[in-house]
Amino acid sequence: MSEKLLQVEQLQTDFTKDKRKIRILHGVNFHINKGEVIGLVGESGCGKSLTSLSIMGLFKGTSGEITGGNIRFNGQDLTSLNVNEMRKMRGKQIAMIFQEPMTSLNPVMKIGEQLMEPIRIHLNLNKKQAKEHAVSMLKKVGIARSDEVINEYPHQLSGGMRQRVMIAMAMSCNPNLLIADEPTTALDVTIQAQILELMKQLQQQENMSILLITHDLGIVAEMCDRVVVMYAGRVVEEADVFDLFEKPKHPYTQGLIGSVPKIGDKRDKLDSIKGNVPDPSDMPIGCKFAPRCTQVMPICLEKEPTSMMLENERLCSCWLYDHERGETHV
Amino acid sequence: MSNKLLKVTGIRKSFDIPSGVFGRKKTLKAVNDVSFEIMEGQTFSLVGESGCGKSSTGRLVSRLLTPSDGEIWIDGEEISQKKESQLKKMRQKVQMIFQDPYASLNPRMKVRDIIAEPLLIHTKLSKLEQQRLVSEILKVVGLNESHADRYAHEFSGGQRQRIGIARALIMKPRLIIADEPVSALDVSIQSQILNLLKDLQSEYNITYLFISHDLSVVEHISDYIGVMYLGTIVESGPKDAIFSDPQHPYTKALLSSVPVPDPTFRKERIILKGDLPSPMNPPTGCPFHTRCPVSMEVCKTIEPKVTQVALDNHFVSCHLMSS
Ligand SMILES: Nc1ncnc2c1ncn2[C@@H]1O[C@H](COP(=O)(O)OP(=O)(O)OP(=O)(O)O)[C@@H](O)[C@H]1O
Ligand SMILES: Nc1ncnc2c1ncn2[C@@H]1O[C@H](COP(=O)(O)OP(=O)(O)O)[C@@H](O)[C@H]1O
Ligand code: SF4
Ligand code: SF4
Ligand SMILES: [Mg+2]
Ligand SMILES: [Mg+2]
Repeated sequence: MSEKLLQVEQLQTDFTKDKRKIRILHGVNFHINKGEVIGLVGESGCGKSLTSLSIMGLFKGTSGEITGGNIRFNGQDLTSLNVNEMRKMRGKQIAMIFQEPMTSLNPVMKIGEQLMEPIRIHLNLNKKQAKEHAVSMLKKVGIARSDEVINEYPHQLSGGMRQRVMIAMAMSCNPNLLIADEPTTALDVTIQAQILELMKQLQQQENMSILLITHDLGIVAEMCDRVVVMYAGRVVEEADVFDLFEKPKHPYTQGLIGSVPKIGDKRDKLDSIKGNVPDPSDMPIGCKFAPRCTQVMPICLEKEPTSMMLENERLCSCWLYDHERGETHV
Repeated sequence: MSNKLLKVTGIRKSFDIPSGVFGRKKTLKAVNDVSFEIMEGQTFSLVGESGCGKSSTGRLVSRLLTPSDGEIWIDGEEISQKKESQLKKMRQKVQMIFQDPYASLNPRMKVRDIIAEPLLIHTKLSKLEQQRLVSEILKVVGLNESHADRYAHEFSGGQRQRIGIARALIMKPRLIIADEPVSALDVSIQSQILNLLKDLQSEYNITYLFISHDLSVVEHISDYIGVMYLGTIVESGPKDAIFSDPQHPYTKALLSSVPVPDPTFRKERIILKGDLPSPMNPPTGCPFHTRCPVSMEVCKTIEPKVTQVALDNHFVSCHLMSS
């Protein structure tokens, strides 16, 4: 039986703008099992990064705030932890890597010092042991000159090497969950292939869970066990990766998959999704996808569909499947 | 019979980079002996990793840069060394579309004026005539009249890219150089723009020099492809030859690196070792030898020559071919 590591339930996150609250996440639900790789996909602005920042409790410097729902990690509700408890959780049990490593590497601190800091805090090692551990982590992520690299600064490394350092740092305390937000988007495809291979290897060795945020459905197909599709701050579909690509259910997912040019695919015309993502402060009533949906029905304009459980434990929020629903979820 | 609209032979461009404490200049060879040609109404794509010289090649062809060597023939006219005052005719025939629709449009101008700007520069059309053309072009790119009096910042990424395309189209160009035109867009919007570019091509017989790092996009849009590495084209040929019968070890690695959006598909992946070498300090011999999985002794010292493979117009620069 698969064991749940992370459970996000009815997560609501708001920002305050001009003294008005704008809700960005409207009851996000999904879970991650131990050892599972989950893909989180959707167009720009649909709330993927915000979901991960909510899990990490990282709203510093913004007006972001969780206003509802809960996030259970190994049974413990993260939203009820205080700042100190959350800091302990981050780095040790949940680690995160970002798209642009320079945003999380300190430019004036040597690589080795940056790596050793979390190791000393979380693993209770002395300086010498921490240094050995740091070097071994760099070796693990395939940095050849690790003895020298620990004495270098981030700007002396290439983009691919920086991303490896980020991964080494994230993995150094053996986290149970790694959240990777577009970890290879800034990299060239041959370097991306190296990094994805590395993440896959480490994931299997350590039986770690990964929440992988990406806009690249190719990466999803190669890396993930299950996929969560977001639209306008909601989860609209969730399915096993094979089921999702074989038969996407939600018209939004169908549009996304049909839009991707595939090598060897002889289509002259690609599918596309008309229009744009709605503005969070100006959402349509009913189904949020209705203005762009090719299969819209009268009910869609009035009532927002709820998440329905379909065959193979897949979930879909769309009125087209109302008659198929096995049991109503949420 | 279609004619050669663009023919580029042996173009080169270097940049001087100040370096070191004593300010000694270093030279960076961004484009190093690049040749290719495009038939009218077809699409030739340059593909490769960042910094390999794709944009620089595009900027040379559009004469935003001047090559230090080589020839550029556009529609029968050699333009590589012409002065700006002699480039008027060429500037009307050749238009560019850029990657970042956000940065390439003036935020203080109305869409109407952004699109009409090339007309203002290149023609003596009346204001009324200009606006009639703008309305026409807006429809062609899938925008409408009501968009014309708004400012660029009021539009989404995909709409801004349409504005950029409208602006390029208004001069009825023969050649459009599109530098990563869909790289900043979501796939759903990217496909709208790719479809639009294809429609425009069949409607107006436009020729594209298409620049992209995304092989799936390139396969979808191209007739011919040139694969670049460290300033040179290492392999070029018809799309099908490049994708179904790649010959250069770099092309093979590049193709195998592309994630496939199909979980049932499991492919052999060639994972290259190491990083791209710095173009300021390029390897001797074959530029790819430091990462090539099948590199030989000769590759370290001798630069491979361009060899034609059995198929017409399929060229490869690799010692494995010439032996
Ligand atoms: N600091 C902030 N203040 C106000 N609104 C914000 C802030 N950060 C994000 N948002 C809004 O929240 C929504 C979701 O943003 P988020 O960054 O989660 O999108 P995303 O799905 O990660 O998109 P992308 O694919 O572009 O990274 C967007 O509408 C965005 O404008
Ligand atoms: N104006 C410039 N000055 C100095 N170096 C440049 C300039 N433009 C490009 N380069 C360098 O030339 C090389 C090729 O760049 P570019 O043509 O932009 O590559 P691509 O478009 O393939 O990513 C890179 O190493 C880049 O840093
Ligand atoms: S609920 Fe209606 S509008 Fe929404 S995705 Fe389904 S069919 Fe389309
Ligand atoms: S010339 Fe040698 S190093 Fe270069 S690609 Fe061919 S085999 Fe590899
Ligand atoms: Mg994001
Ligand atoms: Mg470029």
